[in-house]
Amino acid sequence: MNYHWNWHIFWEPAPNGTGNYLDMLLSGLVLTIETAICAWIIALAFGSVIGVMRTLPSKIASWTGFAYVEFFRNMPLLVQLFVWFFVLPELLPRGMGLWLKQMPNAPFYTAAIGVGLFMSARVAEQTRAGINSLPRGQRLAATALGLTSAQTYRYVLLPMAFRIMVPPLTSEFLSTIKNTSVAITIGLIELTGQARAMQEFSFQVFEAFTAATMLYLMINIVVVIAMRFLERAVAVPGYISGK
Amino acid sequence: MFSNFDFDVIRRSLGYLFLDGMTFTLTLTALAVVGALIFGTLIALMRLSGFRLLGWIAGLYVDLMRSLPLVLVIFWFYFLVPYIGQWLTGASRPVHVGAFTSSLVTFIMFEAAYFSEIMRAGIQSISKGQPAAAQALGLTYSQTMRYVVLPQAFRNMLPVLLTQSIVLFQDTSLVYVLSIPDFLGAASKVAQRDGRLVEMYLFAAAVYFIISCVASFGVRRLQARIAFVH
Repeated sequence: MNYHWNWHIFWEPAPNGTGNYLDMLLSGLVLTIETAICAWIIALAFGSVIGVMRTLPSKIASWTGFAYVEFFRNMPLLVQLFVWFFVLPELLPRGMGLWLKQMPNAPFYTAAIGVGLFMSARVAEQTRAGINSLPRGQRLAATALGLTSAQTYRYVLLPMAFRIMVPPLTSEFLSTIKNTSVAITIGLIELTGQARAMQEFSFQVFEAFTAATMLYLMINIVVVIAMRFLERAVAVPGYISGK
Repeated sequence: MFSNFDFDVIRRSLGYLFLDGMTFTLTLTALAVVGALIFGTLIALMRLSGFRLLGWIAGLYVDLMRSLPLVLVIFWFYFLVPYIGQWLTGASRPVHVGAFTSSLVTFIMFEAAYFSEIMRAGIQSISKGQPAAAQALGLTYSQTMRYVVLPQAFRNMLPVLLTQSIVLFQDTSLVYVLSIPDFLGAASKVAQRDGRLVEMYLFAAAVYFIISCVASFGVRRLQARIAFVH
């Protein structure tokens, strides 16, 4: 292979004037984490509500939940981001559209909301599966005790379901982190974007991508370890994962 | 609210969108599914082979691919494939590789990690009696896999494999980052040329939505039929 390796490149000053190439990558890492956390909050909030709706006896609620999930699952994330970023401001009334277009950090907000809503459909499916995996007796017992629907979910079903759902939600959170890289297409310069920028400035392709790969692996390992602690802390006694 | 939009731009560019763009997307999807299924099955067999080293390498590969975003992997292979080509053919300089080949290699290598996990689950779902019986009949390892284990694993996992293929179909839109004219790339080219972003992106969204919806509806029916047979 006639490729000129230069691992010292990370300590050379980057042309954007904010330090060396390593600083560039690290600022991308921070942006990736920030975007992912915002997106994850949106995904959890919307996903839980929609997931609960899908398990309600009301036909309208469960159908709405079904339509929501199908809507966000059947379009590529990239296309969804384009719709939020390029199409939405044009469809809104003029003033609002203009405000949206001129908003500072628009790629960041679009990415957080777009990835968040995309992932919320998957979180909804996990929530539904979590609630449905509980024995039927739990809901029946709650009803027999005279709890209302809201109380049944608040005090009986959801506390159990969320504890069972920790492992699948871990992998959904990892997907959220990975999916933020799609926002490179709407101009969000997160970790992948910074690696690409570094490659364009320095021509050191493989060093840049190797560093980005290592950083992504590091995020994954940290998340997996943290979630393992959480899983152990909230394990339901009497279940296989419990004490 | 659509009064100042020009939806005729879609009709005018239908030929380019579907004959060039969608053909690229569907060809890439089909070939990537076949390639990833074959490579993924090999990885699954490596992991279940009982040879420590093989299993370890396969596991490492799967974990690595699954912890990286597809966009980064697309960039990796886009720059790496010419060097791999040089190494394979012994040429003196990096080989020029077309956009299609590069993205096909990327999707096969990336999706194989996901397909291998599905096939592994499928192989493990088959009762131990099956390979034991095959061995008792005097079949070799490869015959056992070829005629007994893999056909059943494949059939049990067919709905999951197809669902993953729909995900792959949607993921192919990410070749956009290499400015390749797949369906979305074609739509985006027309959109930028004619200044018709709203119309083209809404149309692209609708087309992806309809195809994925119909396909997942089909998978759900298949699942119901398989559940009935069991």
